[in-house]
Parts: sequence; structure tokens; C-alpha cells
Amino acid sequence: MNFEDEPVPGYPLPILPGHTSPGRFERVLRAGQFAVTSELAPPDSADPEDVYRRARVFHGYVDAINATDGSGANCHMSSMAVCALLTRVGYAPIMQISCRDKNRIAIQGDILGGAAMGVCNVLCLTGDGVGAGDHPQARPVFDLDSLSLLETARTLRDEHRFLSGRKLTYSPRVLLGAAENPFAPPVLWRAQRLAKKVAAGAQFFQTQYCYDVPMLRTFMRQVEDLGLLEKIFILVGVGPLRSAKVAEWMRTHVPGLHIPDAVIKRLAGASDGAREGRNLCIELIQELREVPGVRGIHLMAYRQEESVAEIVDRSGVLGGRRPWYPGRDRAASEGTPSGGDPTTHSNRKVS
Amino acid sequence: MYAVRLWSVRHARGLNAFYRGFERVLAALHPVWKLIGYQRLERPVAAVEQGVKGFLFDCKMCGQCILSSTGMSCPMNCPKNLRNGPCGGVRDNGHCEVYPAMKCVWVQAVAGSARLPGGPEALSKVQAAVDLRLKGKSSWLRVARERAGEPG
Repeated sequence: MNFEDEPVPGYPLPILPGHTSPGRFERVLRAGQFAVTSELAPPDSADPEDVYRRARVFHGYVDAINATDGSGANCHMSSMAVCALLTRVGYAPIMQISCRDKNRIAIQGDILGGAAMGVCNVLCLTGDGVGAGDHPQARPVFDLDSLSLLETARTLRDEHRFLSGRKLTYSPRVLLGAAENPFAPPVLWRAQRLAKKVAAGAQFFQTQYCYDVPMLRTFMRQVEDLGLLEKIFILVGVGPLRSAKVAEWMRTHVPGLHIPDAVIKRLAGASDGAREGRNLCIELIQELREVPGVRGIHLMAYRQEESVAEIVDRSGVLGGRRPWYPGRDRAASEGTPSGGDPTTHSNRKVS
Repeated sequence: MYAVRLWSVRHARGLNAFYRGFERVLAALHPVWKLIGYQRLERPVAAVEQGVKGFLFDCKMCGQCILSSTGMSCPMNCPKNLRNGPCGGVRDNGHCEVYPAMKCVWVQAVAGSARLPGGPEALSKVQAAVDLRLKGKSSWLRVARERAGEPG
């Protein structure tokens, strides 16, 4: 879909009535479109081109890009810096904030700073324990948890003040997101936990990888029973598995990841495991799309980001829609399929 | 101690009922505490509280006890200090992501709260972030002061 007022890098869009952020992502969600988000693996590098190169593979296929914050407790370029680079050229990042590495003073500063740079979406996470990553000797902070982080962000935005009570002169206009894992114990309490996050300020959710649609349906019904389905946007996490071996490794080593045996069996039986993984992902997306209350997918294709385009394309979830990317409209008017280097389009004039 | 902690969650109902009575006594004795002086009582009472709650719950003396809202499973034993529910990393067997040998504090809390009169409803309350200034201080005395209408 096209907006009349397509973004000009560096310039905020007007906030539409009933919206909390000037962001494109919120507009897509509230317009009732099936949204697609993906995750940018931040580089182990100080070269901005490494970020732009990773963003380019998503061109035309995603509505927002998650900038992860030391995911898996591994050290990478910061989520804040990735967002700075992305917003500079007009992308719509979802800034992930984890409670593991920063206390409430740093986090509140980051929310203000992020919003000032044009970040319109913040995903509030607890974060993985330091033991899971490459610096297990580090001090885990966890001054806030994901719930108090949500409340903190909402306080900044809606009450125009810090937790201390000190006033803000301009509040961060951000859409607040949270994560949920419908597949981890205590399974029966997961919908309640989602409700608690909604009470704390969450407006959209991105879930853990879903490989078990019946389990997700049960969860969604519970969310519906709590009367929340119409109030929030749930994007279900999906991702292609590269092989049966990788899937087996992931389910034993990634805490909270649930992969049914049938999935592993299917991958093991295929001649081309990676291709079967993508097919399975596409089928899942098509099935999830029909589940009441599912408003989009969060496609995590770690180390196979180039497969995002194919998966989104073949699943047909965008229904012919082409999400904005730097240079899209120029590319469309010139009749070329791709937009080229975002950094060269950063000075586009208002038309 | 881990085994005692699990026992306490299994006996959440009884412990909670006992604490309710104990809290009423604490509050009723406010004039006595005031006469002796809350300041002067702080250290000895905190030491007793640490001994008792340390034994029963592996209490970490956060100074802002919410055991009654968490099914008698102390959330400060969560390696991520989560006071509002489990993280997404809980293992299939209900154990902790960070310490695989330990049962998830929040899986325990859900089980424990089901045994309390109010049921798991208590878990739905959004708990504010921990106030680190209260660490090591007595929750009991704070409750006594607060129930008497004085600032905690």
C-alpha cells in the first residue's frame, strides 16, 4: 500500500487520529493489512555498510525491521546504533530493548534518543541470561523486567515524565511491543501473561517461533476469551529450518523453543532439507494467516536472511502489496524491480 | 534451601494463612515498635526475617516482599529477577533457562498461587520495578508501618 505522505528520511510523518506513533508500521497494522516483520542480525563490525547490506535483502518484503539488542547475550553492534543508521535513510525499525545490559537510567535515555532519531516502534524484552552468550562472565543487570520496562516506556510516552517524576518537554511517540512465547511452560498461564503485558502498555506482540499451529490456536482462543484479540496486534514468529540436524540442535539448545517431532521427521525425510524447511515455513505462514487474531508474521531467518524474499513472495501474504523501502517509488516509476543503494537516496526531496 | 523452597510452594496455602495472622499481629504491635523505635529495630528484625524467610523461601531480602502475590515462590530467585511472570525461555520440563537443574521460579509461582484463596488472579498485578534502596531492610517492619498509616 502507498500512503499519500510517504516518508522522507529524517522527517517524521504526521500522527494519524487514533495512532500513537508517526510510524509506517503502525499505519500498516491499523489499516488491517497482514504485516510482515523480520530481524536484522547486527554485524560484528563498525562499518555502516554492513548494516545497509543486511537491510537491503528485505527490500519490498517487510514492513518493519527488528534491530536486535545483544540477542542470545552475544555482543554485536548495538540496537540503538543500527536504528540510527536505519532511520537515517527512512527505514522503519523496531528497536529492541533488553533489560539484561542496562539499568532504568540508561534505558529511559535510549527510548528518548531512539524516538528523537525517528524510531517509532520499541520492543520491550527481558533478554537472555548472560550465560547463554559469548560473555558469560559479564554482570547481568535486569534492573527492570519486560513488564516494568513496558510501563516505563508508557509512562514516558503518556505521562510525559521519567520514572522519577521529572517532566519531559516532548514525549517519545512510540508503538510499544512485547514478546510472548505461547509454547513454553507454564503454557496455561501464557495468555494471562500477555494480558498483563497489555495492561502494562503492550500494543503489538511478536511471538517465539511457531511450529505447532494447534498449540497456537489454543493460545489465541485464550487471548480471545480475555477480550484482547481486537485490541492488540499479534505477529506470529516463523522461520525456515535448514535441516533436521539444525532443528534437533535448536530444540535442545535454544531455551523455550518448541519443535514437534513431526517437523523434524519431515525435514529428515526430504532430499533437500533447506528447501523443505522453506516449504514448511511457507505452509505454516499460509495456515497462520487464517487463524483468527493473527495480524502478521515475524519472519526470523537467522543466517539465511536472503530466503525472506522467497518465503514472503511464495506465501503470497502481502497480496501484491510492496512495503516501502528507500527508493521504492523511484524504482516503480522507472519500472525497475529494485531500489538500489539506500544511502544514495537519502536526500530525496519531498514530492 | 532448594528442597525447603519447593516444600513452601506446596504448602503455600498454610504459609499464606499463617502470614496473614502474623501480619495482623505485627500491625497491632505498631505502638510497641514505635516506642522502641523502628530504626533501632531494623537490624535485629531484619536478621530474624532473613533467617526465617531465607530458610523457607531462599529469601534474598529485597525488602519489598511480594510472596503472597507469587504463590510463595520468591521471584528474586529468578536469575533475571523477574517479578512479573516467567520469561520465554522456560524449558519444556518447566525448568530454568539459566540454571537447568532448577525448577522455574514462575512455574512454581503459578502452581503455588493456585493453592491460595485468591487463585492465580494475584499474579496478574503488574509489579513495579525493585527499589534497590530497600535491599536488606525488613519487609515486616515496613508492612507494620504502612498498615498503621505511616510512610514505609
